[in-house]
Amino acid sequence: MALKGNLRDFSVLQIFNLVNLARKTGTLTLEGPNVAAWVSFREGKLIHAQLGNEDGTLLGVLAKAGKIGPQQTKIIKQNAADKTDKELGLLLINAGYLNQQDILASLQHYVLDVVYRLFSWLDGFFRFDSDVLPPDDNITIRLDLENVIMEGSRRMKQYEHLVEEIPNLDMALNFVERPGANIRNVHLNTMEWKVVSYINPKNTLRQIAKANKMNEMEIRGIVYGLLEAGLVEFVRPEGMPLPPQARSFKPVEEKERSKLVNRLIDRIRSL
Amino acid sequence: MQTVKMVVTGPFNSGKTEFIKSVSEIDVVSTERKISTEAERVKETTTVAMDFGRITVDDELVLYLFGTPGQKRFDFMWEILSEGMLGFIVMVDSARPETFREARGILQTFRAYAPTPYVVAANKQDAEDAWEVEDLRIALKLDGKIKMLPCTATKKDSVKEVLLELLYSIQEETDLKK
Repeated sequence: MALKGNLRDFSVLQIFNLVNLARKTGTLTLEGPNVAAWVSFREGKLIHAQLGNEDGTLLGVLAKAGKIGPQQTKIIKQNAADKTDKELGLLLINAGYLNQQDILASLQHYVLDVVYRLFSWLDGFFRFDSDVLPPDDNITIRLDLENVIMEGSRRMKQYEHLVEEIPNLDMALNFVERPGANIRNVHLNTMEWKVVSYINPKNTLRQIAKANKMNEMEIRGIVYGLLEAGLVEFVRPEGMPLPPQARSFKPVEEKERSKLVNRLIDRIRSL
Repeated sequence: MQTVKMVVTGPFNSGKTEFIKSVSEIDVVSTERKISTEAERVKETTTVAMDFGRITVDDELVLYLFGTPGQKRFDFMWEILSEGMLGFIVMVDSARPETFREARGILQTFRAYAPTPYVVAANKQDAEDAWEVEDLRIALKLDGKIKMLPCTATKKDSVKEVLLELLYSIQEETDLKK
């Protein structure tokens, strides 16, 4: 019988702990609000992860990691579409494109990236099916869960702090207009520049994250840095509607007020 | 149809959403709409960052409850929300003394926006380490005349009590002006 429950009661981190301690073999299915994920373990070691429809094939992972270029990807897709991941891996090694270490490192990076994203899922359902594993033709890795749990735990703390600082991604940012706050004088990395290039009152943080294919933690991390540096500030997104009721309140006339309040009192009492 | 509003404010995670949820007849919502101007580079749905609940009084009167975004960073929303409000409630998490100062700051800001009646709800009174209401009054440096009420925002009766006290304050003020 599968172990199942709600992530509100049992966090992803706690499930990983359980799998690690019990040295379990099987696949954990997580159903988040919009997407599902699958994480597989063998004897308590992390071996595979897949998030929704993301391309988790070897070709997709290697392309994402920049190990093969777009042209190579296209050629491989044309000529080796019927190959399994294991066959493709062997083909790439034999052809001298990559070595085994490159392939395993890329897969490891991909799996960890998926898993660390899952740690921030606070709502949804989980199910652990013992002895269910990915198909044999998938290349699996073997990672100790202790390190994953420790890193996940650290990231969760960081994530909680960021959520506290930036609870809402539906706000926009604008550059601060004050002497000395010039973004051009600041050393930013590529991802930060990508975010900066989208900053204007028209774009919400959620939209900027989507445009840059960033997850919530990544966008929060970058924006938090910019806020702390005093370079940007939150603004209400242009065109963002307030509920019509928020602004259209006429002040209640004094002579009506008493009656009106009495009606409100009666209503609240009856709730 | 006449509409009136009250604002529920307070620091982040002080229980504003729960408070509104407990008495609202609709799901506490943030309204959404599509951004459609061509000038926008990223097009997607955007969401208003506020909680919003409703209590229908009768065919002619509706009370709206607005929860403010809790963080100082979003204070540009506060003034908009405070326009035309009948009164406001300041929620304080009784178990998190590190937020008391911020709560006091929010209270003062709202007082500056509109000199309407208000009450302070000492929320999460069911928490083990919750401060007692009178201790909280001292910590917040609140005058004895200001209504400070124990509250558990997840309990409807408790929320009703806070709303009623605010309405009584509004009534008293109205009577004084007569």
